[in-house]
Amino acid sequence: MVEDMNKVMNSGVSSSASPSKVIGVSVYSDNVQSAEGNTPALEMIMESQDLKVHYGSYLAVRDVNLQVHKNEITALIGPSGCGKSTILRCFNRMNDLIPTAKVSGSVIYRGIDLYGPDANAGEVRRRIGMVFQKPNPFPKSIFDNVAFGPRVNGKPSKQETEELVERSLKRAALWDEVKDRLKQSAFSLSGGQQQRLCIARALAVDPDVLLMDEPCSALDPIATGRIEDLMHEIKGEYPIVIVTHNMQQAARVSNRTAFFNTEVDADATRPTGVLVEYDSTQKIFSAPSDPRTEQYISGRMG
Amino acid sequence: MNSTLPEKHILQPSGLKLRQQRTEVVIKVLLAVIAASCVLITTGVVVALVRPTIDFFGEVGITEFLFTTDWFPLYEPPDFGVWPLVVGTFTVMLIAVIIAVPGGLFVAFFLSEYASPRTKRYLKPFLEILAGVPTVVFGFFALNFIAPNVARKIWVFSDVGFYSALAAGITVGLMILPMMTTLAEDAMAAVPRSLIDGAYALGATKRETCTGVIFPAGLSGIIAAGVIAMSRAIGETTIVLLAAGSTANFTFNAGEPMQTMSSFIGFAGLGDQPTDSTGYRTIFAVGSMLFIITFGLNMLSQRIVTRFREVYE
Ligand SMILES: Nc1ncnc2c1ncn2[C@@H]1O[C@H](COP(=O)(O)OP(=O)(O)O)[C@@H](O)[C@H]1O
Ligand SMILES: [Mg+2]
Repeated sequence: MVEDMNKVMNSGVSSSASPSKVIGVSVYSDNVQSAEGNTPALEMIMESQDLKVHYGSYLAVRDVNLQVHKNEITALIGPSGCGKSTILRCFNRMNDLIPTAKVSGSVIYRGIDLYGPDANAGEVRRRIGMVFQKPNPFPKSIFDNVAFGPRVNGKPSKQETEELVERSLKRAALWDEVKDRLKQSAFSLSGGQQQRLCIARALAVDPDVLLMDEPCSALDPIATGRIEDLMHEIKGEYPIVIVTHNMQQAARVSNRTAFFNTEVDADATRPTGVLVEYDSTQKIFSAPSDPRTEQYISGRMG
Repeated sequence: MNSTLPEKHILQPSGLKLRQQRTEVVIKVLLAVIAASCVLITTGVVVALVRPTIDFFGEVGITEFLFTTDWFPLYEPPDFGVWPLVVGTFTVMLIAVIIAVPGGLFVAFFLSEYASPRTKRYLKPFLEILAGVPTVVFGFFALNFIAPNVARKIWVFSDVGFYSALAAGITVGLMILPMMTTLAEDAMAAVPRSLIDGAYALGATKRETCTGVIFPAGLSGIIAAGVIAMSRAIGETTIVLLAAGSTANFTFNAGEPMQTMSSFIGFAGLGDQPTDSTGYRTIFAVGSMLFIITFGLNMLSQRIVTRFREVYE
């Protein structure tokens, strides 16, 4: 199975060195791992097993089995309401904060069940960071926004904090723009800058994985481009799972794509989300195996 | 037939629409009258306060009023040094605020982040009942329970008698606790959920989220709530009248009986002061002072709210 995927990916490289055209979208050759041709090590970081989420008695999404690999960006796509955000929130236990939400199945992170007795929700969220749909900086200074996470996760000294803030802002490609105004309110930044600040804030606690829920949906194309570049730069350090409603974005940034759809189950009145297909992005966008994927993607690509 | 109507009718409202528009006008006038009566009533109160106050200062020197410390306005010969009332007012207010503000914040944090929806459902009615208890009942509660069981036990500086500012202050604090809680809860509810999620997503605990994000983000509303609680404590009459006694001691010891501006007004208003006496006008002079202080606090709260207001977009 893994070898199959690699064949597909490698064939993508050999057919064209520069961005290849797939259903009218350019896919960066960067998407394709290891141009050398040998099988790259696909270290799995996280995996969901038969994941299912209820809100009260409503089954919002079911039967989700997907893997997150090291050095990769995994995209979750699909029509709105199909449970992408819900699944993403399962990956760092943010669903715990919704009183009606009930998660069944398991999410295994580096061998540990996130919902098992060995996992503490706070520690889970520190290791698996999250960036939200709308930039949500705290009503604090730029500096204090980035320093918030480190401060609640241990008590760094003043100097350590300063270094950490600088390093995080640099990794989020925001340092040069804000280094002279760290004491200013985070609200003085533009939307795109605020979102990069939120990324810096998430990186400051040194997470292991980064979850992003439509991080560019409130941004203009230029700001979006900067975030996408940033994702490419950091994915080696932090595997990323991104929800996006933008097909072009999924094709541009991700290595692997999961397509979700909704179905009305026989005994249900409201549609339930299901994972239709999960494969390399190349495959999903060029030769999906499920006709529903094909239909959705060609419909959305126009 | 319709087709022969002149062009200008196209832009005129038809039957039903016309009636709706008339209703609009009636509602508008009604609302304007109500708004105007608010202004009128306020003006009326101020005028009613100002006349006797001016007369009062025609008879009593303003220096005696503001710079002496004996308050026996209804005795013969009278003394009009208002300081005992001012100190009494602020002592009772301070004790009440020390209880109600942290207490209200604590309960509000609990309700907004810790309590399950179930717990909330059971706790809320208790707060509402507490908010609905008549102040007279609180007054007797202060005398019969708080004074002997609480005030006397905790006050290490002196003996506490039957009447004390302490017992009154504690009880006023309890009385305004539900209001402080509700206002603080509203202020916290105004903090966008996305900010709170942002804190949790960084691994913050409930306590860290409360103190690190919810409190600073809701600060303007919380301060405003505190100021409203202050005004409410300053204005409380019945509890203080019953629990703090009716002697205007000039003391800073909360274990002693004291009189506040409000409780003086309540007390003197009950006695039969001839309407044309200095004693009668004293009530209005103190009333004016109370009005100025509460008005000042309200202005302050508004300044604070605009100063600290966070814009989240
Ligand atoms: N907090 C919630 N309470 C109840 N239902 C919810 C909640 N969040 C999402 N849902 C429902 O779950 C389904 C999936 O939602 P969501 O995960 O937000 O989908 P997506 O992100 O793919 O648009 C939708 O039907 C939505 O109405
Ligand atoms: Mg969503």
